[in-house]
Amino acid sequence: MGIKILTEHINVPGIETLEVYRKHGGYRSVEKALKTMSPDEVVEEVKTSGLRGRGGAGFPTGMKWSFLAKPEGVPRYLVCNADESEPGTFKDRYFMEKTPHSLIEGMITSSYALGANTSYIYIRGELMFVLRILEKAIAEAYAAGLLGKNILGSGYDLDLHVAPGGGAYICGEETALLESLEGKRGNPRNKPPFPAVKGLFASPTVVNNVESIASVPWIVNNGGAEYAKIGIGRSTGTKLFSCSGNINKPGVYEIELGVPVEEFIYSDEYCGGIWKGKQLKAVVPGGSSVPILPANLITKTAAGEDRLMTYESLSDGGFVSGSMLGSGAFIVFDEDQCIVRNTWNYARFYHHESCGQCSPCREGTGWMEKVLHRIEHGHGHQQDIDLLVSVAKQIEGNTICPLGDAAAWPVASAIRHFRDEFEWHIKHPKEAILPGAVYRGQLAETIA
Amino acid sequence: MAETINEVKFSDAGMAEIQRYISHYPEGRQKSAILPIMHVAQAEFGGWLSPQAMDKIAEILNIQPIEVYEVATFYTMFNLKPVGKHVLEVCRTGPCCLRGADQVIDMLKEKLNIEEGETTADGMFTLKPVECLASCGTGPMLQVREKFYENIDSEEKLDQFLETMRNTEVETPYHQAQ
Repeated sequence: MGIKILTEHINVPGIETLEVYRKHGGYRSVEKALKTMSPDEVVEEVKTSGLRGRGGAGFPTGMKWSFLAKPEGVPRYLVCNADESEPGTFKDRYFMEKTPHSLIEGMITSSYALGANTSYIYIRGELMFVLRILEKAIAEAYAAGLLGKNILGSGYDLDLHVAPGGGAYICGEETALLESLEGKRGNPRNKPPFPAVKGLFASPTVVNNVESIASVPWIVNNGGAEYAKIGIGRSTGTKLFSCSGNINKPGVYEIELGVPVEEFIYSDEYCGGIWKGKQLKAVVPGGSSVPILPANLITKTAAGEDRLMTYESLSDGGFVSGSMLGSGAFIVFDEDQCIVRNTWNYARFYHHESCGQCSPCREGTGWMEKVLHRIEHGHGHQQDIDLLVSVAKQIEGNTICPLGDAAAWPVASAIRHFRDEFEWHIKHPKEAILPGAVYRGQLAETIA
Repeated sequence: MAETINEVKFSDAGMAEIQRYISHYPEGRQKSAILPIMHVAQAEFGGWLSPQAMDKIAEILNIQPIEVYEVATFYTMFNLKPVGKHVLEVCRTGPCCLRGADQVIDMLKEKLNIEEGETTADGMFTLKPVECLASCGTGPMLQVREKFYENIDSEEKLDQFLETMRNTEVETPYHQAQ
């Protein structure tokens, strides 16, 4: 069992209450930061820690903080991105539900570092039950003098509010989130200006993922250098992975970055192997938007080295033979899963969730869904495969926000690694219309 | 008591909730509260947003009705047509499908004798497949209002769930909190 930074006390009965949370060392970082450190010192510790954004992009958190503009007389904001909507990702929901004070503590410490006096947690609207848990915990924190005016007598003021979304994956993109928080449609903004200069209400704003913010208290309490000792290379610290699909033990796991992928999939400590004793076929290691990898490339790199659960190792080989760590949503496919059907499912998701602002994304996601639908339902043509590759290429990199890339990568990677399965579907239209068509890599095989 | 507009009237608890959300934002930025207010409206007015309800929200926020309509049509959680007593929002996205979500949707269609987006003749259920609800490790799953019902991985569990829902009254959490 490795070190647990975020989940050490997550299963303690009553940890969602202030009393129990404080009994287990909760809010020590607020006391330490507000009374013994300057905001810049907190920022420096986060920089030293090497903490990288846990929402998917992996950008260094401390560096992001240091970009925040500080014009005189203009408020600054910290906004927590709790709009967890990437298929396969459910770590933040679980974390907030079980230990809401961990996030609130992180919000206070981080807001202090950034000089924000009002901060928001933007949570996806479907998680209204989690919003109520957070609001209850926030009320406890206010009553204890941990929020509001003159926190713990330090002279620092902070108001913290939770804001629900309305059901839109795109609002996980930081500028779309800010538009939504301002009461508008969640259309991403052009960048620059970046939120650090002109964000919420046209003021300097930092948007961070739940897990990123919740990691800050440990860094303040123990020092950035201690955090940097955990993990491997530039993948420092621990990470929450949401594991789903055809595994024996789906759930959320906190691991020290650097665990071998093979161990993560098969060890009883983590995913517990493939369910029903079946063979591993493929894995999407970082949420629906990252490239899918076949079994032979998920446990080993193309060079034959063990693949590790790190930002660098999971992306080793680029998009030719690698993928991305992304949000840490680890989706596992057994030998009987149909890649075409799964790719169509994700294409439908991205078409549904495109905000419609950019033509390549609005039209392209629709075309990809239609073409994949016809292949899956027995009406495909061989040239459809290259058509899909072409459409994906024309979407990628040609949109205001990364949703276009997110829509293109699953399609392009599925064809790259499982092209023969697409061909098989087109050649066997009758079998192909059956849900979960069986394919084990031999074109001659038909459904038993 | 809130004023009425075209017979749309929030409860006292609903108005208190609305005012609380408005207070979270700086002076002149009250439009930021539009999404939470729409959630309150949908909870108070039968699970959907009528044009009258949206006009009322515009009046409360001192904005144009079109500003409410354009937001309501963007976000998938807001129903713009009448719905059943219980809206069954079944996750249809990848990870849940790996565990049998498609079969759950098919069974619901068969058991309730409705297609996606339709409401049962008795007005009890509306079937609304939705995208990922952040419950991938406990799929197949569905949501009804603010509750998740997870690991619906057998017909027996689905039958049990439907029976439970038939005997479940609609609750409004902020009413209980008052």
